[in-house]
This record gives sequence, structure tokens and C-alpha cells, in this order.
Amino acid sequence: MTDTDTTPAREAATPVLSARDLRVWYGSKRGPVAAVDGVTFDVRPGETLGLVGESGCGKSTLGRGVLGLLPPGAAVDGEVRFAGRNLVGMPAKDLQALRGPELGLIFQEPMTRLNPLMKVSDHFEEALRTHNRGLGKAQIRTRALDALRGMGIPASRYDSYPHEFSGGMRQRIMIALALVLRPAFVVADEPTTALDVLVEAQIIQILADLRRNFDTALVLITHNLGIVAEACDRVAVMYAGHIVEQGDAREVFANPQHPYTQELLRSTISLGTTGLHFIPGAPPDLADPPAGCRFHPRCPKAMRVCADEQPPEVLLPTGSRTTCWLPVPDMTTAEGRLPLEAEEIGVADEA
Amino acid sequence: MPTKPDTAASSAPAADASETLIEVADLQVHFPLRGGLFNRHAGAVKAVDGVSFRLRKGEVLGLVGESGSGKTTLGRTLLGLNKATGGSIRYRGKEIAGLREGELRPLRRNLQMVFQDPHASLNPAMDIATAVGHPLQVHGLVPDAAERRVKVAETLERVGLSPAELFLDKFPSDLSGGQKQRAVMARAIIAGPELLVADEPISMLDMSVRAKILQLFLDLKRDLDLTYVYVTHDLASAKFFCDRIAIMYLGRVVEIGPTAEIFANPRHPYTKALLGAIPDPEKVGVPRNLPRGEIPDAAQPPLGCAFHPRCPVAVAGCGWEARDLAALLDRHWLAAGEDARLTESALFARPAELATAGLRTVSLTPGKGHTAADIVELLGRVREKTRDDAFWRGVTAVEARGERACVDFAEGSDPRLRLVGGTADTVSVACHLVA
Repeated sequence: MTDTDTTPAREAATPVLSARDLRVWYGSKRGPVAAVDGVTFDVRPGETLGLVGESGCGKSTLGRGVLGLLPPGAAVDGEVRFAGRNLVGMPAKDLQALRGPELGLIFQEPMTRLNPLMKVSDHFEEALRTHNRGLGKAQIRTRALDALRGMGIPASRYDSYPHEFSGGMRQRIMIALALVLRPAFVVADEPTTALDVLVEAQIIQILADLRRNFDTALVLITHNLGIVAEACDRVAVMYAGHIVEQGDAREVFANPQHPYTQELLRSTISLGTTGLHFIPGAPPDLADPPAGCRFHPRCPKAMRVCADEQPPEVLLPTGSRTTCWLPVPDMTTAEGRLPLEAEEIGVADEA
Repeated sequence: MPTKPDTAASSAPAADASETLIEVADLQVHFPLRGGLFNRHAGAVKAVDGVSFRLRKGEVLGLVGESGSGKTTLGRTLLGLNKATGGSIRYRGKEIAGLREGELRPLRRNLQMVFQDPHASLNPAMDIATAVGHPLQVHGLVPDAAERRVKVAETLERVGLSPAELFLDKFPSDLSGGQKQRAVMARAIIAGPELLVADEPISMLDMSVRAKILQLFLDLKRDLDLTYVYVTHDLASAKFFCDRIAIMYLGRVVEIGPTAEIFANPRHPYTKALLGAIPDPEKVGVPRNLPRGEIPDAAQPPLGCAFHPRCPVAVAGCGWEARDLAALLDRHWLAAGEDARLTESALFARPAELATAGLRTVSLTPGKGHTAADIVELLGRVREKTRDDAFWRGVTAVEARGERACVDFAEGSDPRLRLVGGTADTVSVACHLVA
């Protein structure tokens, strides 16, 4: 393993944002659905935390929940500490004032997030005026052009409309819009999903430069594990509303500890793929999650204890945390560690 | 229950491998552009522009490229879903490029398509039994509804929707993304086709489901002796799935050959760029040299080689033109900052002079209070700062001619797809640098 000398320094820096036991529920006909269920993490200045998992595991809900951007009917509980204040339970007006200058969001689809009737310049004027009332037109222009230049958009395009740009350019504009107010914390929700390989790589490079140059703390939500490996310092793997493994990105990819992380990495089709592997079944219905460890019905290493009791969070010598019974033999009985007789999962029981 | 032949049998038809199923020669699909006053003809988007290849029975050919490369249009044209505007497509020796819809219909039994978005390819108001059984009805393959249901059930089992009774009367909204794609596959194979064109069949699916659907494609190919054209932008799945790969850029095939050879030894700079851009969990933190910009507008493609404006190794003969100078100035101003841009752009009275496509000589009008010599001097300074830019390899002269500043570019040409010599494998590349 490579020596991670930088880790203690990072650990020492005060987190920009800390989530403690965060829960988000949605109301549904079948009762409350806990899309995020007791999640704890920290993001430090200049650090990128990757959030990965299958669709429906709560990644996006977590990203939105942290920023207080949830639909009506959602309930939030727990703590999100940012600049000494708890964002959970904060009056909507105060939170609204923080979003933009302090908390930023980069959306998935740049095509639909820019107003087609507004020029790029109008978008920047609106964003800057809303949060800095005193700013003059010339100052707005200077700041907007600076932000755009950082994203590689020529000043000659400042007065163009969104439809005059390609998808990649629009995503650059979106990122520039999120950053023009220099927020300390940004959530990027699948920022490259709709983009081509080369453009995706360009955007990832931009995000990497961002944390180097501005000390922005970034949560990058993605289902592309290659991107996490490349752009993130740390990674949190989510399954059914829980973070099941969290740690240094290189460490987690080189040495995954949780069976879900292992299976996810194995089933990803990469350039090195020589045979197809997949996780049987689909993520559980969150209105009625399985007892014990939520991954146990699909886990190839499931033991009897996994079906009965929720696994503890274990801090490993590598600094990673994993929520699993496997690394803690002394906390379980010999009988509990017997392999679990798995129920048959049909081929088509899938997401 | 469907009987599955032994896996070992799949390697047998090696002798059969040379049987040509589809032969495409100089295929063109141009979409006319209309615009301006009176809706006049205003050029064309050359979505597919002179593509030739041979598809052998039993092989998987990958059409790989970014959006706008023409890969989807090419795939659709093979099945007559887009009209070819030139060239030929021969299916088992029979010309199908110019056929009318009525003549094509019987052939659709043999040539089928799987679309990208499983959520959009099934009618939400039609139950699965009806949707999957539709081809049987259209082609009159079964005598009655009862028999159709039996055949549909059998096909659903084959694609993994088992037990079929559970799915027959469901509607698309009851199914997950992966299950829908399985139903779409069932509909595609139910009439017993020979060729399946699959347009990004796994790109809309969750990553944990992708491998399952790709496995299904492999199983069906083995069981039903299918030939695939796999349209994708995902090089990783193409590497695993395809026998041969055609890399497309702006309506052209720029490189085509056996998958192993393309990945082991990419020759076209665009192929190299694509391979270099793939994020790979196994290669962390390796900095990459990405080509600048994005795929250009197909209505006004670059002069010469379409990739030259982004190509890091472009040479003098690649087709440099006035628009490349405009792009260079934009890059220079991005680096130099807003103040420099404002002063320097004042030197050009008509920036539009740089916007016309295909100019090998550009003559620039100096702005008010400036002379042609000022422009020449500025370009000299820019050249100093951007000396390594491939652009300058194509510039033959920057000088004042009378009142105007002129820039001449070397003569360029459009590289044709040529067989690369010296390899047992047949790789063809369209690049001036690959002899």
C-alpha cells in the first residue's frame, strides 16, 4: 500500500460540512420510505468525496437533503453542521440565503437547467444580483467572465443563448454559475452522465482543478466508479440508504472491504473486463427493507447473523470504515458465522 | 423450454466466418437543411458520409463514437429506418439501400433493432404479451392468438423473464429498466431475425444491470446464431463485446479493425484520444492529455480531416483554414485575460471574416486606428506564446498585403480510409500520419 502521509493533515483540518446520523424520509402509500437512513460523513476544504451506489440507494436524496432541497412531504432528521450552524431545521429563508454564496449545486442535465430564454449573461446577472445587491454591471461582467474563463468559455460567447452551446459547454456554464459566488461547499449530482467520453474527461479535469485552486469542498455523486477513482480523495459507498463503506478512494478501490463494494467493482464493465459478473437481485424496497444487514439477501458472503442483526460500523487499520459483520469475529457467535442459506433469486429480479 | 446447445459448439462456425451478411459501400446519409427566406435549400448535414464496411455472419461489429459522430444514423440506415442518399447496402447480395417501405417490410423479419431507451421503446398502454407478439402479427407468422401467446411465453422465458406467466399481462410501467430491456429484446428476436442492430442497449441501465443484459446478448447470439451491430460510446463494453470495431467521427469511419488490435495498437489520433479518456478504476491519478474542444457542427465540417482542429499531432496538410485562426485567438484570449482580449480584438474590424468555412487564405480588415502591420505584429506575438500549437504547422504566410493583413494556410486534403500494411489483421485508418 502506498504511504498516505497526507491523511493526518487532512484529518486535522476542520470539516467544511459534517453530517451526523442524517435521515431523510419520503411519505408513500405504503408508509414512510427512509431514502437516507442514518448517514454520517465529513467533507474538508479542498476535498472531494465521491458518493457511489446503484440507482435508488439514496445518493441523490442525500445530496439534496444536505442542501435542504427536498420536495414537500420529505422529512429530515439528524444534523448537518456547516460554519457552526445546523442546516437541519434551519428556517427556509436562512437556508435560501446560504444556497449560492455558501452552498452550491451542479445538476445532472445541463440541457434543462438553463433558461432557454435567458442569455448566459442574464443567468450570471441574476445569480450575482440576488446575492450581492450592491454589485454594478461592470463588476458583474468581470466576475462572470472570470468564472467562464476558468471553465474555458471564451468571452465572445457571453451574450449567447444556451441553445447555441453544446452539451459539454452548457455543463461548463452550469459549473461556472455555481462557482461564481465561490461557495465553500458544492454538491455535483452526476455532472457528466449525459456527456460523451472526451467531454466527460474534460469536466472531471475541471472539477479536479477546482479543488486544487479554490479549496472548494465537493461531494461528487456518480454511478461511474472510474470517475470516483480519478477525481475523488475519499469515497462513500451507499446501499439502501446506508453508507456501507467509507474511506480513502485509492484504498477502497484497491482493497474493498464490504462485500457490496467488492461486488459493485467486479460487476463494473471496464477495459480490464474479461468475463461478466453481476450482483443477483435488486436493491430492496425501502418501505420494507430486509432485517439485519440490508445487503444480506444479495451478499455472497452472508452469514446467519447478517439476517438477524444490523452490522456495526467497524474502523479498519487502513482508516476505512465498513458496516459489516465479517471483520469482527469476536462480536458474533460461532453459530452466527455459519453461512446463510440464501433464498433463490430469479434472473429477472433486477433493477 | 428452449434447448440450449453446448457452449463449445459456438466456436465451431469459424469456417463460416467469412460469409458476408451485409456489405456497405460508400454509404451517404445527408439531411437537407432548409432555412432563410422562402425556406430555401441551405446545404446538408452529412450524418453519414462515405462509409464502407463488410459485416460477416456471426460477428459483432461495434460502431463507436461520440454523439454527433453518425453512429446511430448509420445503424438505423442499415435497417432502412433512415433513407440512404447515396452508396449501397447489400444484404446477402441484394441491394436494400433504395427500397421502398413496402419492399423493406418483409426484410424486417430478418433485420431487427433494439433501441437505447427501454422506457420509450415500449408502448405504455400495451401489455407485454401484445407488444412482444406484435412482430408475429405484423408478419403473419402464427395462425391465431392462442398460438401467439404460447410463442411469446416461450420467448420471454428465453430472455430471462421467467416464469413468463408473471410478465405476459403486465404493462411496461410494472417492469424495471432491465426487465423492460429484456422485453424489448424478446420483441426483437421473436420473428427469428438474423441481424440485430443494438443502439446503446445498456447505456440507460444501472451499472449493476448492464453486465446482465450484455450476458443476455451473448447468450442469444450463441443460441440463435445472431449477428450484431453494437452502437455505443462506451469503449469498455465495446472492448469486451465486439469482434471488430469501427471508430466514427463526424460521419466517417476513421479506424476499423479487430477489437484486440484497435485496443492494443490504436493508430488514429482520435482513437488514441478516446482510449486515453476512459476513466479506469485500475488506473488512478494518471494525468491525461485530452484533445481540446468538442465534436464540430456537421453542417459545416472542418476542411480536410474533420479531426484536425482537435488533433494534437496534426501536420501542415491536415486542412487548416480561417476558422482555426478564430479558435486559436479564442484560446489565446482565454489564457491572456479579459483586458488583453478587449485591446487586441479591437485590431479586427470584422471578426466575421474568420467565421467563413473552408477559407485557405484569409484577408483581415484592420480596425479603426489600426493598420495591417498591427495585426501581423499581434499574430507574431500570439505565435510566440502558442508556438507548440499544431495550428502553426499549417500556416505558410502571415503578412500585410496593401491595407489588409493576410494569413495563408498550407493546402490540405481529406484522408481516405486505407488499409494499414504489414499486419495480418486488417486494420484501416483514415489519417495522413498513418501510411
